[in-house]
Parts: sequence; C-alpha cells; structure tokens
Amino acid sequence: MMKLPAYASPLERIWHYTYLVICVLIFIFLIAPIIIIVPLSFNAEPYFTFTEGMLSFDPAAYSMRWYADILRNGMAAPDAPIDTNWFADMWNNAQWIRAMRNSFFVAICTTVLATALGTLAALGLSRPEMPFRSAITGLLISPMIVPLVITATGMFFFYSDIGLAKTYLGIILAHTTLGIPFVIITVTATLVGFDNSLIRASQSLGADGWTTFRKVIMPLILPGMISGALFAFVTSLDEIVTVLFLADVEQRTIPRQMWSGIREQISPTILAVATILVVISIALLTTVELLRRRSERLRGMAPQ
Amino acid sequence: MWVYTGGEQTTMADITANQAVTGPLIAADGTPLKRKLAQTTRRARMRALLLTAPLVLFLLVSFVFPIGQMLYQSAHNPSFGDVLPNTARALAEWEGDGVPGEEMFAILAADLKQAREDRSIGRAATRVNYELPGSRSLFTRTVRNIGKVEAAPYKEALIEINEKWDDPILWATLKRVSNDYTASFYLAAVDRKYDADGSIVMQDEKRQIYVQLFWRTLWLSALITFLCFLLAYPVSYMLSVLPLRYSNLLMILVLLPFWTSLLVRTTAWIAMLQSEGVVNDLLVWTSVLDDDNRAQMIYNRTGTIVAMTHILLPFMILPLYSVMKTIPPSYMRAARSLGANSFTAFRRVYFPQTIPGIAAGTLLVFILAIGYYITPALVGGQDGQLISNLIAFHMQRSLNWSLAAALGGILLVGVLVLYWVYNKLVGIDKLKFG
Repeated sequence: MMKLPAYASPLERIWHYTYLVICVLIFIFLIAPIIIIVPLSFNAEPYFTFTEGMLSFDPAAYSMRWYADILRNGMAAPDAPIDTNWFADMWNNAQWIRAMRNSFFVAICTTVLATALGTLAALGLSRPEMPFRSAITGLLISPMIVPLVITATGMFFFYSDIGLAKTYLGIILAHTTLGIPFVIITVTATLVGFDNSLIRASQSLGADGWTTFRKVIMPLILPGMISGALFAFVTSLDEIVTVLFLADVEQRTIPRQMWSGIREQISPTILAVATILVVISIALLTTVELLRRRSERLRGMAPQ
Repeated sequence: MWVYTGGEQTTMADITANQAVTGPLIAADGTPLKRKLAQTTRRARMRALLLTAPLVLFLLVSFVFPIGQMLYQSAHNPSFGDVLPNTARALAEWEGDGVPGEEMFAILAADLKQAREDRSIGRAATRVNYELPGSRSLFTRTVRNIGKVEAAPYKEALIEINEKWDDPILWATLKRVSNDYTASFYLAAVDRKYDADGSIVMQDEKRQIYVQLFWRTLWLSALITFLCFLLAYPVSYMLSVLPLRYSNLLMILVLLPFWTSLLVRTTAWIAMLQSEGVVNDLLVWTSVLDDDNRAQMIYNRTGTIVAMTHILLPFMILPLYSVMKTIPPSYMRAARSLGANSFTAFRRVYFPQTIPGIAAGTLLVFILAIGYYITPALVGGQDGQLISNLIAFHMQRSLNWSLAAALGGILLVGVLVLYWVYNKLVGIDKLKFG
C-alpha cells in the first residue's frame, strides 16, 4: 500500500492517516447507497428502512415477498396454483415482467443498431486520412452532451409528425441515438495504436477488404466492440427521459415503471427490482473489465 | 556516383536531367505521380468519410433535425393564423392604431363562426392568452355567442357580447400574434414581454421565475461540480499512486456506481436520506439528532445536491485519474530534495500538473449537471428543481410547447458553448470510460 517515506515529519504522519480516513469515507459515500438497498429489498415489512428485527438478524424480519411481488403484481390470478397457466398469466400480465420484456427488446435492438453504425464510424474516424475529424467526432459525441430533455423534446415533435411516437421503433431509434457516443468512445479507444501496416500486410498477401476486416481488424477490435455494445445496452436499459416523452403505456420499460413507482406508491418492490439491476450491472462491469484487460494484453499494453 | 549501364556511363545528375526533359515522374500506369498520389489520397479520404456516412446521416435525421425543428418551433407559432386565417391576413395589413373598423370585425366574425364549427378556438385563445393574460375567456365566450350575430354591424354586435373588443391593447396584441414568427417566447423565457406599444418590458413581479431558475441551475451545477472536485481529487490521487493490483480493485468501487442505473441510485438515496432512512437512523442512534427532530434531507435542495454529486462523481474521478497516472512520482521527490516542504511541493509541483485533468472533469460534470432532469424531479422537491424540469413541465403539463422550446434553446446554446470550450481545451477524443 501507500508507504510514508522515512523522513516524514509527525505532522505529515498525522496528515497521511487523516488522508486515508478521508479516502475511505469517500469510497463509502460512493458505494454505500448501492450496497444498502440489497438488504432492504429483503424487508418483511412494507417499509423503506431497516426494522428492529433486521438489525438483530431475526430471520423472520427478512423475506422474499417483494421479489414475489415483481412476478405477481398485475397478474389476473396471482394466487392460482403454480402451473403453466400461472406462468402464462405472469408472462402476459405482470407489470414488471412486461416492463422487463419491453426493456430487453428495446435494449437488444438498440445494441445491434448502435454497435453496427458506431463501429463503422469509429473505423472511419480512426483512419489517419479522415477529413473533418474533430467536427464529425464532435457531432457523433453530442447526444451524450446535449441535455436529455432537449433531445427528448425535439424527438417528441419530430416523431409525432412522422408517426413514430408511441411506437417501439421510435424508442429504439431514440435509444440508438443516445447509445452511439458510448460505442464510438470505446471502439475508438481500442483502435488507438492500431497498427495500420497489418492491413497492408493482409492486402499484400491477397486478402480482399472483407476478408481483411473479418480476419485481421475484427479480432483486434472485438473487445472494444463488445464493451461498446454493453455500454449501448446499459444506456438503453437505463434510459427514461425519451421514454417519458415518446412511449405509451404499451411501451413501458423498467425505468418507466420505477419512475411511476417512486412518484406514486413507493414500495420495497422497487428495491427488489433495483437489486436485480445492480446484479446485472456487476455482471456487465466484470465483463467489460475482463475485455479491457484482454484487449490490453492483445495489443501488448498489459500493465505489469 | 557512377552507375554502370551496359557500357555507357551515366551520372545520377544525367538521369535527373533526362527526366526533366521527358516530363514529371510517372507512375506504373502512365499517369503523372503527383496526380496519382492526389487521386489515391482523395480516394482514401472518401473511403474514411463513407465509413462514417451512415452514422452521420442517421444522427442528422434522428437527432440534429428534431432539435432544429424544436428551435424553429420556439420562434414560429402559427396557432392564431391557423384558426383565424382571414383575420390574421387582414391584421397584417392593418396599420395597428386604436380599434379597427367594421370591415375587420366582419372578417373576424366570419372566422369565429368557422372556428365554432371546427371547435378549434382553444388554440388561438391560448396563444393570445400567453401575450395578454385573461383574454382566453373573451374568445371562448364570444364564440359561444357568435351564432346570434347574423348581420352587420358586426362591430357593435361583438362589443355587445364582450366590451373588451373595444380595447386598443387587445388589438395591438392581436396584430402581434397574427404574425407566425415571434420572439415573444424567448422574451418570456427571460422574464420579459411586449407591452401595449410593442416595446420590451419586464414581466410582472410575480411572474418572474425563469431568470431566477437559470441562475439557480448555474449555481447548483457549480456547487455540485465543486463538491465532485473536492471528493474526486483525493480518491483519484490514491488510485493513481497505488500499485495496479489494489487500484484495479478500488476502481471497481468507482465504476460500479457508474454502471448502475440512474434510477437505482436515486432510489437508493431516497432510502438513505428520507426522514426514516439510514442516515437519520444512524444520527439518532448516535444521539446526534433527537428522534422527533429528524433532519429533512430529501425532497429539497439538499437531496438534489447529494444525489447529483454521487451520480456525477465518476465523471470527475476518471479524467483526473487518467491525468494523475501520467505524473512521475520522482517530481515530488525532487521537489522535496530541493528543500520544499510537502505542502509547497504539492502546491507548486504536483497540483499544476493535474490542471488538465481538473479542467476536463470540471467541464464535463458541469455540462452534465446543468441539463439534469430525472434526479431533481424525483428527489428535488420544490426548491431543488432545475431548468430542465421546467422544460418538461411545459412540455407535459402546461402544454406551452413554444415556451418549452425557447427555454430549451437557451439551455442548448449554453451547453454547446461549454462543449465547444471542452473540445478546444481537452479534446472530445480524450474521453474514456474505465
């Protein structure tokens, strides 16, 4: 860990430990809110806070009821015996399940579109002969910078005019727009230090453009592409503002459902959903970190 | 230098001289090398441009054009002209003094009858009402009674329905709204309006809210940016000096919030800060606070500040970290060995080298903060709302879309200026996650 030099004065020693304490507190500030919702989601009571029983680790104070509520809320017959009919009922009627289906459908379409368009553009942007590079990069990153309310307002007017408001396609296009900057940033980062002589080598050995892309470029940028795709996926999964402006009840997504949950009837079900989302983020973050290290190793930039 | 060429002896100077006679250097296919090179370069540039073309086109259609259309809407509102087209045309020709004559009233009466049939008067009435509060009912009431007005004189008949029709201020307003292009929504967005004779004056005292809200947005964003800087600096330093094994682990604590849904984090802060929440419970348990005297930390400005600082903190840590990582530790040791104490060494040697990272992080966080909508809407209560929340309010509740577009236009210009500065100072291609 961080070592104090031997010549440190007493004052410096005091400051050093104060500094460590400050850092620990800041890390707690960063992570505590995310950790705290996990135990709270197992609350047996319909409260948003720790009960006496939870603090004394009484098993009766913990329950899975809010997770069951995710499945049951909105079902026609939640208490029917659990058979295929029950599952069909859940799949079609439970509010959160519908929201999850919508979210994943939109997010997957968005990911495919944003990754395809974004990777192509990143390949163009990282070529040394690219003209107007800074202007075009500026344009492609701007959906991340322009306030979401403005983007959503503009899209509301435009998509209403052309009949795309209140459709899945409208939301997918909106989310693709918002996910693109992340794809561009991650794929361009992988392409930094890309050895262009590899392309020339491949061409001199007789490969055509497509073969060169598939056999030489693709394997090298794949980690970046997957990271970019995951970023686009998360952006879409998390996006709420354009959904608020463009979507109908039919297209409710998880964030939209949480939004009305927080505003109308706040219940620990939201915490249960939040916990599931945190688990998903941990899985995605781990994947991206592993990919990043793999990509660094591939390009011989591995930190040792 | 001598080159042996089958018996004859030639110098390099001769070769160049020969080519100078026969013309410029020639490529394999016979075109001059210079032109060939230009051709190849142009083709390479075109190829690079073509790769980006699909995305650029996509963004132009799905992003740039819609925002352009929104901006157009902020200065173009045809509500009045659509509903009362002939009146609008007549008003455009009218010189605009006092109350017009019988002719104008006849046209107006005909238009109002049409509007009654189409049930469309609401739009025009709302449009006039923005400019002259209280005139909405004038239109709705007149339209309700317009059936009784069958023949001339229309002027007397309309004034009999409502005497406001005899008001020159009303007619000056009507003349103004009959023009589809207007600056009045931008004026309203900065708490100003046209008065009766068309000059720009301040809005009434109790209707002045937007300028104050813009200031509040700027001030809160600056405060949040400063808090982020304060929290990010020590943590980034620690991450940058620790061996990678440890710093990679600690980095997860920074990146996990970054990857976690915005709504999850906002919900988490509600659970933390509400009056029965974790923080209050802790404070009561440690007897800092009385049980009946719990602190109100959410659904007000404090809630907005705390939650937004937490959400934007990774955007400050990541650029700071990537700059600090490149600063060699030997510089600090050199400063110490030259006699600086640790504070002086930090202030004069280390800190100046981190300024690029500070600029990058500060600008990014500030840009993201001034456009924030979701978090203030959920945890901001009344006094924690930002300008974005008001834009959303006008879009979804009051349905004054032109005003929403004008407020959005002002915000957009501010953000784009900052974005331009960011691009000049830092370079947008330096942006990285993780």
